[in-house]
Amino acid sequence: MKILVCISDVPDTTTKIKFAGNKELDKAGIQWIINPWDELSLTRAIELKEAHPDKIENITVINVGTTASEPTIRKALAMGADNAIRVDSEPKEAYFVAAQLAEVIKSKQFDIVFTGLDSADYNGSTVGGMLAELLDMTSVSAVSGINIEDGKVIVSREIDGGTQKLDVQTPFIAVVQKGIAIDPRIPAMRGIMMARTKPLEVVAPANIDNLTEIVEYEMPQPKGKCRKFTEENVNELVDVLHKEAKLI
Amino acid sequence: MSASQYKHPDYYLVDELLTEEHKIIRDSVRDWVNREVKPIIEEANQKHQAPMHLMKMMGEIGVFGPFIPQEYGGAGLDYISYGLIMQELERGDSAVRSTASVQTSLVMYPIYAFGSEEQKKKYLPKLAKADLIGCFGLTEPNHGSDPGSMKTNFVDKGDHFLLNGSKMWITNSTIADIAIVWAKDEEGIVRGLIVEKGMPGFTAPETHGKWSLRASVTGELVFDDVKVPKENLMPKTKGLKSPLMCLNSARYGIAWGVIGAACECYDTALRYSLERKQFDRFIGSFQLQQKKLAEMITEITKAQLLAWRLGVLKNEGKETAFHVSMAKRNNVKMALDIARESRQVLGAMGITSDFPIMRHMMNLESVITYEGTHDVHLLITGHDITGIPAYK
Ligand SMILES: Cc1cc2nc3c(=O)[nH]c(=O)nc-3n(C[C@H](O)[C@H](O)[C@H](O)COP(=O)(O)OP(=O)(O)OC[C@H]3O[C@@H](n4cnc5c(N)ncnc54)[C@H](O)[C@@H]3O)c2cc1C
Repeated sequence: MKILVCISDVPDTTTKIKFAGNKELDKAGIQWIINPWDELSLTRAIELKEAHPDKIENITVINVGTTASEPTIRKALAMGADNAIRVDSEPKEAYFVAAQLAEVIKSKQFDIVFTGLDSADYNGSTVGGMLAELLDMTSVSAVSGINIEDGKVIVSREIDGGTQKLDVQTPFIAVVQKGIAIDPRIPAMRGIMMARTKPLEVVAPANIDNLTEIVEYEMPQPKGKCRKFTEENVNELVDVLHKEAKLI
Repeated sequence: MSASQYKHPDYYLVDELLTEEHKIIRDSVRDWVNREVKPIIEEANQKHQAPMHLMKMMGEIGVFGPFIPQEYGGAGLDYISYGLIMQELERGDSAVRSTASVQTSLVMYPIYAFGSEEQKKKYLPKLAKADLIGCFGLTEPNHGSDPGSMKTNFVDKGDHFLLNGSKMWITNSTIADIAIVWAKDEEGIVRGLIVEKGMPGFTAPETHGKWSLRASVTGELVFDDVKVPKENLMPKTKGLKSPLMCLNSARYGIAWGVIGAACECYDTALRYSLERKQFDRFIGSFQLQQKKLAEMITEITKAQLLAWRLGVLKNEGKETAFHVSMAKRNNVKMALDIARESRQVLGAMGITSDFPIMRHMMNLESVITYEGTHDVHLLITGHDITGIPAYK
């Protein structure tokens, strides 16, 4: 079996987001990381390969991005992916990314394709679903576990009040969420060294239009000052809640 | 991905001097320390117990022998990588870094540099994976700064060597499977022997009651007519220069390592100063506290640049023992001073194990003494610039 893990390159989740104007993210000083769901998917893929070396022959990671995302790709290779593909283009919106991924997946065969439930930058939650549609492939959403049991791929999903287990025919797309792996795999020093020579194929983007455009970003309003009311001026509090905050 | 609050100080954008690979290495070890060391280290330190379960993990992540070639189980990385690994481990705790220093520079390095091909094949891959733990015996009860006067010796008995003597202050002595022991031959020349646990006459009692490096074991090595097979002599060791070359490699790692401890203390103090209020103001708004913090970041920045430059020189094969002495001495003192100053910024909180500072401060008292004392390194620089050795 061949596994493909789609990885996006996102700002570290502790980044204080700033914008340059109201349409562009200010990228200065941002630390870029593998999208957390993707990092966990890759971890699970590596665990599966370690547990079933006879079943899983290869793990590929793919990213739609510019050269700026290569450190993230190298980290994925250091973690244990065998090879990487980068579609050389700025990932502006979900359809564009899904369509680029679909082009590559069409030309190469993969048995399991992992995408994250969402990416930590824009939280769009659409690439996985779009990809399944574009490829007319089976997809399972909100996957929180994946195992190989008696030669079958068993996928678990959290549902209301319990867990659903599915026996899924390959090829399929697993849109993963929490639970897929406990902690992300930390690259070992040997792995980092070996990543130097692992293949990173750069492919030209297909001719695909963006279907959406960012019109504007708006920062949340700064929090107002904290005002204290004592027991004696409860009436004033009621007044403020009614007239200023318009909550009552 | 780390949920730690730690923000690594990089005032002079030293990160730009690192390669992408260096950064992956640094961040990986940082993540590992956040995940495995930080949650357990205060308790290990309080209980004076070495966290033995970390050994295997360190072997797996590959922090033992990172610059040793892959064919012998290392990762074949450069010296800046080694430095960054030490920096991140010591941000966790100097005891953890000490274990990695000993295993890498004082056990794997001598076997790699002075050992026979059989010795390299037999020991290095297992040491890299922590299937074997090693220690390094140079210091003796009566010979610390002056190891050349050591009394430990061995005589040739035809089919084996007979080893007698004792070593003191040996990191990991009680838990080690093998000891790299420096002893004089019949001609009084210092040679290196690989002594294995369980050889009759070899014991390793623990030194109790340390107030420093409490999360690491320190002890003695006692040799009472120990029969050491002849193939356990490292053939290329000759004279005091051999153990000094090992120390040089370990000191290099320390020059980087202590930056980690200093950064952790500074980062803790800076954050505290912007959270703690007295007289209705953040304590970080008082000039005296700002002076402390500003001086700390200045010293950290200087130490980072010193370590980076030393790393470049080492990668190019141009570094000397004198260069290493200067960086070890400067950086350890810098870290110890920062630990002391940042402890004061935290007031009473600074003495508790809720914060890492006091632990680092106590650890650094060992670091400023071992691998050549602060005084002796100054004399080494003095020797280099005047040509006159003042320590003899
Ligand atoms: C926790 C810990 C772990 C250690 N681990 C190891 C280990 O794994 N292996 C190992 O072999 N050793 C180890 N050591 C020993 C360490 O290397 C020695 O403690 C160190 O070399 C100093 O020797 P000493 O303690 O005998 O001090 P001394 O040499 O007695 O020095 C005492 C004081 O005199 C000063 N002094 C000495 N000579 C001179 C001089 N010529 N001029 C001016 N001042 C001088 C020193 O600077 C120091 O201040 C460890 C020590 C500690 C504390």
